Amino acid sequence: MKIMVAVKRVVDYAVKIRVRPDKNGVETQNVKMSMNPFCEIALEEALKIKESGFAKEVVAVSMGPSNCVDTLRTGLAMGADRAIHVEASRDLVPLTVAKLLKKLVEVENPGLLILGKQAIDDDCNQTGQMIAGLLGWPQGTFASKVVLDKEKHTASVDREVDGGLETLCLDLPAVITTDLRLNQPRYATLPNIMKAKSKPIKKYTPEELNVEIKSDFEVVQVTEPPKRKAGVILSSVDELIDKLKNEAHVI
Amino acid sequence: MEKWRATSNLRRSLKSILNRQLSSVSEFRYLNEKSCQPIFNLIRDYNSVGEVNAIRYGCFSSMSTVVQRNPSFSTLNSDDISYFKQLLGEKSVIQDEDRLETVNTDWMHKYKGSSKLLLQPRNTEEVSQILKYCNSRCLAVVPQGGNTGLVGGSVPVFDEVIVNVGSMNNIISFDKVSGILVCEAGCILENLISFLDNQGFIMPLDLGAKGSCQIGGNVSTNAGGLRLVRYGSLHGNVLGLEAVLANGDVLDMLGTLRKDNTGYDLKHLFIGSEGSLGIVTKVSILTPPKLSSVNIAFLACRDYSSCQKLLMEAKRKLGEILSAFEFLDIQAMDLVLNHLDGVRNPLPASMHNFYVLIETTGSDESYDREKLEAFLLSSMEGGLISDGVLAQDINQASSFWRIREGVPEALMKAGAVYKYDLSLPVEKMYDLVDDMRTRLSDLARVVGYGHLGDGNLHLNVSSSQYDDKILEQIEPYIYEWTSKHRGSISAEHGLGLMKANKIYYSKSPETVKTMRSIKGCLTPMGYSTRIKFFRTLSIHRAWCMTVEYSFSHIQCQ
Repeated sequence: MKIMVAVKRVVDYAVKIRVRPDKNGVETQNVKMSMNPFCEIALEEALKIKESGFAKEVVAVSMGPSNCVDTLRTGLAMGADRAIHVEASRDLVPLTVAKLLKKLVEVENPGLLILGKQAIDDDCNQTGQMIAGLLGWPQGTFASKVVLDKEKHTASVDREVDGGLETLCLDLPAVITTDLRLNQPRYATLPNIMKAKSKPIKKYTPEELNVEIKSDFEVVQVTEPPKRKAGVILSSVDELIDKLKNEAHVI
Repeated sequence: MEKWRATSNLRRSLKSILNRQLSSVSEFRYLNEKSCQPIFNLIRDYNSVGEVNAIRYGCFSSMSTVVQRNPSFSTLNSDDISYFKQLLGEKSVIQDEDRLETVNTDWMHKYKGSSKLLLQPRNTEEVSQILKYCNSRCLAVVPQGGNTGLVGGSVPVFDEVIVNVGSMNNIISFDKVSGILVCEAGCILENLISFLDNQGFIMPLDLGAKGSCQIGGNVSTNAGGLRLVRYGSLHGNVLGLEAVLANGDVLDMLGTLRKDNTGYDLKHLFIGSEGSLGIVTKVSILTPPKLSSVNIAFLACRDYSSCQKLLMEAKRKLGEILSAFEFLDIQAMDLVLNHLDGVRNPLPASMHNFYVLIETTGSDESYDREKLEAFLLSSMEGGLISDGVLAQDINQASSFWRIREGVPEALMKAGAVYKYDLSLPVEKMYDLVDDMRTRLSDLARVVGYGHLGDGNLHLNVSSSQYDDKILEQIEPYIYEWTSKHRGSISAEHGLGLMKANKIYYSKSPETVKTMRSIKGCLTPMGYSTRIKFFRTLSIHRAWCMTVEYSFSHIQCQ
């Protein structure tokens, strides 16, 4: 079985982000970029499944400008066998990514498609669900545990939902999106980094895949959240009631 | 005008001191090391009033150096308290037992003073008034900052008044073009780092204690840290400072100039003198620009000579982008993995004898990465590295640093620890660790780690409890060994109380004599000594001198 993992290059999780002066987005020049943490977890899960013998090959996919190759190299250094880069110069929205992925799935025929549940730059949490819809595949999102059954060709997925945990049994092929508690991604070891240099990265363009890049929405403005106001120390219960009633309007 | 006069007077007296014979200063007696017997516990001799009169140090040094409280220093009385309250306000004069308990004890809980008064001045003028008053009343004073020192320098020996500059934590100015930061001595290092981060700059020093240590103390103890291999020591980065002398005179040497060859550069006396010459109140420091591309690798080496060769190769192949080169041995790694939470072994396949952490900082991500990868791969092919990982994002990088910076913490959690901080020629460094291991065999565990890039070894001996048998095997052997190889018995921690009388292992008697006279010159009311720094037992003319200084640092282990 082949597993396809989609990874995204985003601003590093630990960086303190700043809004651009033109309020059209977040500052990304000269800022450290790395693989989306949820995508790392997705890749780690794929590698674990391969190591336990359920899969033969792990293919990492990324879409975007040429520097996506860095993220793919990280994926290859972690242990992926091949990588695919869809070169697109403009920002891609989840629906476009899902359409592109659908075309790639038709080419590669993986038995499992694993993605991170959301990207930390847009927090959309849409791509996994959309691709499952487009392909007509079952989906197990927010996975915190994945167990494959080779005989029955199914995957049992524990999902983290608001009320607790929900276990689903999905027929393969399926789409799984990963949540934080699924696993701890491995480090890229030097021998693997060495091997990654010789692993192939195949390039595609959206035209080759017959997908039109268009966006149905436009980002109007990006602003910082309002600064937290300092707390106030009150001197009496009456003052507290007064403030709750007249300022906060909660009683 | 006043300040200028004070500074130039000082220069003149320094010059005359150095031209004079120093035999008149022979009043200072100091213990002959061989005449002492080891004692197990810290014993306090109380006089009839219940005040501590003398302290015998047994645990931490093999000499029962009896440090007597000099009777010519006065004791606090209620008039003093009222004066301070009037000068500083009620809030800055603290006599509360619980708070005094914390400030009287050092970070390692090894040294405890019995001060009855903590003062928190808010500006240089207040510091000056405090010292002037203490001088006139002959009250002993100890300056304190973050209290993270590791040699007992930041806490009182007896009942000195603690002058804590923590409230003086303003950033005065920052020049974005030159990167020169002027701030007060009580600024916490981590806060300065965050402030500079917003401006696109970084502090030239970084240590594990950054969350608590203050810049005044860092400067007074000439803190080293993790980035010394790249940015050099504070002697090079501090452009100026403002200090208050024992008699209250304020020395304004707060220049922001890269070059100023007008007379003796007195600020260098204050950098590293651990507060024995004055209290630093403001610092002006040159900060390097923050470079965007930081890469970090965690590597495993088979033996110490591979670590050395790796260092040589790194300096050559990584050149200008190398920003840190640290090492830890298998015992250190073991301790960290066992005693710290949330720490993961980056190389879980097997335990290796030595681990090396290499960090590069540069301006071009892809160029640096290529350079680092090429270096690492060639080192691996050459057999210098047996395994390694490269951090792929900032979180992974922090986890590598957590391992290296967490060693002191892990040692504290493991039980009793004897800490030594030595500068040795790089090729000999680990021989000492092997020697100590042979000497101690089953008695205790010897752990070696440190700033390999600077030739600085942190040798720690860990055991479940303090035991004199262990100490006997360590001291004075370790100091003699270091001395024989012309190393330093205190690379960056300073002397404090712990190593005050060990200075002769690394400095000649003539040098120490000259130091003493310079100190005498800067303490205008006559010769006074610092109990800790010079370990002298009699004080010729009483004065309130700062027994110690250690705002900070260390834990920069």
